[in-house]
Amino acid sequence: MNTLAGPRSISLAIRDVKDGLLNVPVWSMLAWQEVRQRYRRSMLGPFWLTISMGALVAGMGPLYGRLFGQDLGEYFPYLAIGIVVWQLMASLINDSTQVFIGAEQYIKQIRLPFTIHVMRMVWRNAIIFGHNLVIVLLVLIFFLPTWAWWAPLSILGMAAILINGVWIGLLFGLVCARFRDIAQIISSVVQIAFFFTPVMWKPEMLGRHQWAAQVNPLHHLLEVVRGPLLGARPSVTSWAVVVLITAAGFAFTTLLFSRYRARIAYWV
Amino acid sequence: MGYIRAKDVLVEFRIYGASSRSLKKTFIRAATGGVLAKDAADHPIVRALDHVSFEIREGERIGVTGHNGSGKTTLLRVIAGAYEPLSGALDIQGRVASMLSVGLGMDMEASGLENIYLRAAIMGLRRSEIDTLIDDVAAFAELGDYLEMPMRTYSSGMAMRLAFAVSTNVPADIVVMDEWLSVGDEEFSSKAQKRLRGTIDKARVLVLASHDLALLKSNCTRIIRLDHGQIVSDQPVSAYS
Repeated sequence: MNTLAGPRSISLAIRDVKDGLLNVPVWSMLAWQEVRQRYRRSMLGPFWLTISMGALVAGMGPLYGRLFGQDLGEYFPYLAIGIVVWQLMASLINDSTQVFIGAEQYIKQIRLPFTIHVMRMVWRNAIIFGHNLVIVLLVLIFFLPTWAWWAPLSILGMAAILINGVWIGLLFGLVCARFRDIAQIISSVVQIAFFFTPVMWKPEMLGRHQWAAQVNPLHHLLEVVRGPLLGARPSVTSWAVVVLITAAGFAFTTLLFSRYRARIAYWV
Repeated sequence: MGYIRAKDVLVEFRIYGASSRSLKKTFIRAATGGVLAKDAADHPIVRALDHVSFEIREGERIGVTGHNGSGKTTLLRVIAGAYEPLSGALDIQGRVASMLSVGLGMDMEASGLENIYLRAAIMGLRRSEIDTLIDDVAAFAELGDYLEMPMRTYSSGMAMRLAFAVSTNVPADIVVMDEWLSVGDEEFSSKAQKRLRGTIDKARVLVLASHDLALLKSNCTRIIRLDHGQIVSDQPVSAYS
């Protein structure tokens, strides 16, 4: 058995990703079905998530604004958008660990590109995020932060997060299918990362230790969405980091996925 | 087009026990040094298909038989494309319909109609294709107004009928089936049998696994017998009479 991915397995892996991405009807249908299934028979459906997140934001805003001695008009939108976007990133990472384990029934019975299961997860989170965007809109309307013409860049930022969700899903899904306790490690790390990423606080508050935020890739992913909405100039550094992790993430995942793609069915 | 060729197909599973499938052990093993080579030997290996070779041509009806654990289901899953062989070559030409589990992907909270779309999409049909067969499926399943109701309100027989109706309505070159499907009450059952027969007759290749030799004899043209993951006999059905 060779230890490196050969050209054949790389092309099979790329075909898997391509076929998976293109099979929009199946993954979008499965994703919607999953969202609906969770909220079937409830009147507000997925908006319950929005409401609970809205309540969280509404409670935390004034509290942490006070604790950090911030001007609420400026801090509240910062925190609200931060939490909504963080929620998307965190659930993309956490759900990644289950993409293949959770699709065991499909994987063992029928030939589908593995990427379909990943896209199903990414799309499900995109749908939930779409509901939560209501909070962002409300906050923008009520607090009217400085509007800048580059605010729509934020949409590109959201797309960047979702695109990164694809390789994260493939990579973590694969690794977690083989080593079952990695999922636990990942969920702890995500929990801790919440406090170490400038969601509730601003990098400036660190004074001369701002590097701690700058070296955090999650900060940059968050910033490309939040920054433009709050009128901040598009950060070249953040975009550069985002492009870099997207490229590096896909490159590394391609290697690992090519090497082990065929094994997933044996592991789940 | 329906054609399958397998050459030296090997499928084996490493059994990662609840405790050995953990990072800790891999780490510890790596840290203690030199033991890594034992890694492969550490996990028991189950050889489900042991260098299996065969060729199935257009029009053939293959029965697969053997004791429990002889590799029948694994062979079907390989043909269905779920397991890629660890080594050996496998060439499958034609659209495969996996009827290993007819209810796969169905959602009890969704309506019957939604489930038809869901199930057919998973089996590889486009929306436009599904639209054309939906009336047929609905009529066959005899669910009437229930089609608009969530599937959880169905009796198990009704749910089975719906799953069966969709699965047998998907055009396929190669049909893969684990035991003969049978559903419903007596009246529906004979209708279902006719339907299943129709699907199979239309298919270019059938691969049917069963313990029931009589069933295989009456439905197949050739019988492959597996034992411990190896083909112990592969003969036309006439050799059995």
